[in-house]
Amino acid sequence: MIAFLLAQTIAITGGTVYPVSGPKLEHATVLIQNGRVVAVGPNVTIPADATRIDATGKWVTPGFIDGGTQMGLVEIGRVGGTREMYLQGDTIAASFNVAEGINPASTLIPVTRMEGITTVLAAPQGHLISGQAVLIDLDGATIEQMLVKSPIGVVANFDENAKDEGGGSRAGVAERLRRVFNDALEYSRRRADYNRGAMQPLSASAADLEALLPVLRGQLPLIAVANRRSDIETVLRFGREFRLKVILAGAQEGWEIAEAIARAGVPVLVEPLDNIPSYDALGVRYENAAVLARAGVKVALLETDTHNARNLRQQAGNAVSYGMTWEQALRAVTLAPAEVFGVADRYGALDVGKVANVVVWSGDPFEFSTGVEHVIIRGREVPLRSRQTELLERYRQLPPKY
Amino acid sequence: MRQVMLGVLCIAVLGCASGGARPARRPAPAPAPAAAPPAPSQAPAQTRASAESSSVDRAQYPSTYQRHPNPPVLIRNATILTAAGQEIPNGSILFRDGRIVAVGATVQAPPDAVVVDATGKFVTPGLIDDHSHLGVYAAPGTEAESDGNEATNPVTAEVWAEHSFWPQDPQIPLAIAGGITTIQALPGSANLIGGRSAILKLIPARTVQEMKFPGAHYGLKMACGENPKGVYRSRGPSTRMGNMAGYRSAFIQAEQYRQRWDKWRKDHQGDPPARDLRLESLAEVLRGNIFVQMHCYRADEMAQMMDLAHEFGFHIRSFHHAVESYKIADLLARENVSVSVWADWWGFKEEAMDGVQQNAALNQQAGGRPLIHSDSPSGIQRLNQEAGKAMNAGIRAGIPITRDQAIRWVTANPAWALGLDSIVGTLEPGKMADVVVWSGDPFSVYSKALQVYNDGWLVYDRNDPKHQPRTDFELGQVPAPGTDR
Repeated sequence: MIAFLLAQTIAITGGTVYPVSGPKLEHATVLIQNGRVVAVGPNVTIPADATRIDATGKWVTPGFIDGGTQMGLVEIGRVGGTREMYLQGDTIAASFNVAEGINPASTLIPVTRMEGITTVLAAPQGHLISGQAVLIDLDGATIEQMLVKSPIGVVANFDENAKDEGGGSRAGVAERLRRVFNDALEYSRRRADYNRGAMQPLSASAADLEALLPVLRGQLPLIAVANRRSDIETVLRFGREFRLKVILAGAQEGWEIAEAIARAGVPVLVEPLDNIPSYDALGVRYENAAVLARAGVKVALLETDTHNARNLRQQAGNAVSYGMTWEQALRAVTLAPAEVFGVADRYGALDVGKVANVVVWSGDPFEFSTGVEHVIIRGREVPLRSRQTELLERYRQLPPKY
Repeated sequence: MRQVMLGVLCIAVLGCASGGARPARRPAPAPAPAAAPPAPSQAPAQTRASAESSSVDRAQYPSTYQRHPNPPVLIRNATILTAAGQEIPNGSILFRDGRIVAVGATVQAPPDAVVVDATGKFVTPGLIDDHSHLGVYAAPGTEAESDGNEATNPVTAEVWAEHSFWPQDPQIPLAIAGGITTIQALPGSANLIGGRSAILKLIPARTVQEMKFPGAHYGLKMACGENPKGVYRSRGPSTRMGNMAGYRSAFIQAEQYRQRWDKWRKDHQGDPPARDLRLESLAEVLRGNIFVQMHCYRADEMAQMMDLAHEFGFHIRSFHHAVESYKIADLLARENVSVSVWADWWGFKEEAMDGVQQNAALNQQAGGRPLIHSDSPSGIQRLNQEAGKAMNAGIRAGIPITRDQAIRWVTANPAWALGLDSIVGTLEPGKMADVVVWSGDPFSVYSKALQVYNDGWLVYDRNDPKHQPRTDFELGQVPAPGTDR
């Protein structure tokens, strides 16, 4: 069945196409075959067996990517039995990869994808090092079918929340993380000694130190959560010190040192509607995303409420209201996250050869008046149905027919 | 970023409450009367004099609200959403001395008026959030600022949110910049009966008394479902049936208390009954002077709560959160109970699992009175956007919702839920001049409040730093908008 569906040919015709990698194309066709985009442009020959979607007057974009969720890792926030994003009792949980905790049957998945979010980061939470985040497409019967890339990076926390496990001090957090990183390097140099028991005890398990090595070799990003300006500077310092590939997450006071972040070449994951001051970030403000983008930082936008990851659209619209250009914001929910997560060869743009995650919108994707008309994930059109649409239909007329 | 999400969850878990207030009185000229006169003030003057030494007969935390003096204002060439059934293209609105004087296609400007050209802009009534924890769960969100839940007893009708409210909460100016002019600040939902709400004009002020909405009656925050039964697991209630027994026991006592006082007020035989703050609040509910505003998610539980209200002869003014209200929209409309809902929150706990984005629209279709509330210091800053989402979710599902209906979800309907609908919530002559000028259609994601007038006072102007109030908290530690550290 799936093989058959993947083999289908879909032609989305007549729409205004935003490939993101290049300028928009009027009255263009996006042709999809075997799960990939095979042609984009105004003069595309459409095979006779293609399923046609008339997108005249519609907007066509890549599926949106939300880099700030626990999708598949939580069903009901308050029900412990449905939460999978937190590994108990391990301060350095670098080897904890969340993938096998993902529930492909989660009701959140259809709710999210039917509003144009097709790909999300599923990230672990908590501790000094939370574990490994993975990128998933929001379609598939098994975890293997959903996975886009695993791992995407190792999540480390440099914010106020990390202090509990850092001895109650920001300096303690930095000291412990630095010790773990140094121990991992030492472990990799003296593996034989370690196995002989000829080393002093190390600050994390062999499995966790092992899991940090790709990060310390610069092969795998460190996704570093930090909000206070000084914490962001600590992250940048760590990046220089250990020659890490860093992705900065949160970055609420990032706007204050946008140039420094840009110079470090560090991309940033930002939630545009963060603006409530806390002692972790008294300087948090709506203009953060725009200021960072203007300074040349690669910015990906987030909606971090997993149940409402669909509001990534609203986040992007507000980012525009507070200074991003519309084109920057569109890029920040498509190609930019694909680049940040190292999958831009397959995701984030409507280019020939890319995975066919495509959304047809009735208008501007960021506007509330715009509806999603078609969602295609890996070349398969997914139904615009969810548990919520079933509830709506049941109670549309009262009393309901049970 | 994660703290933000956990923060939202935390508020959703315990912060959220419902409370209400009520008066449908004419606005009083300044100086304003005390908010929500307590029962004793209804006693004749003679009684007051004879019991002069008793606390019960003295002013109970009166409002000291004063209208801020300001010149008349004429806003011209705007699309005016009156929230009273009319949408006026290229319209004008004139207000003077805190009152709307005229709204229409052509309005003459008096010579002393400040004229605002609002070509291409929209004008709406000031937005009203009937479910806020501003000031009681103030930023920066520390333990020291956590004053919303008196979680020491399942029934704390004796506590008043105004006694927790911190006027220097830096979240207040953020909400003002979102076009909010009136809020109901509520105790949290840890308790079956959480205490009295505060109905406040959202203005910069040194004291909460200066913010208290003149003439507003108090609300009483009650909560059903998971929250109270989870907080008092060991001592009870630990079940939903325990919750119900808890409300009933409290109101049975309140009935007796009310009878004792009413009898004494009539005959003055012997000493006055002993004063009990808890029962005083509940007795005021039974007298109809305090409005019940009830946090409730599930449809079946809301039906139970309406039975409770019938048993004790009070009316529930609004179910708050009411995630499943669409399932019983017909019952709620028949009972004239409004529903204070989110556009799209769901899933953070089991009783919130059945959320649909068409909740407000389905209630509207059933003839009910939906309104959009925030329960969030973030959401309160864009109540217009939340209404826009809910309106469009309805329209896309084939439920015809007009812009006038949707603007009422954040203006006239919450005004009704607070009992202030004769004073605020629409743009009609005689109403209080709570007016917002928007950069565009308020239901667009790209629109922002440009000017916010509260009782005629320009409390916020996006283009003029002189009209961008900052709290003491922000000075010297939170960089001002548009500036660096």
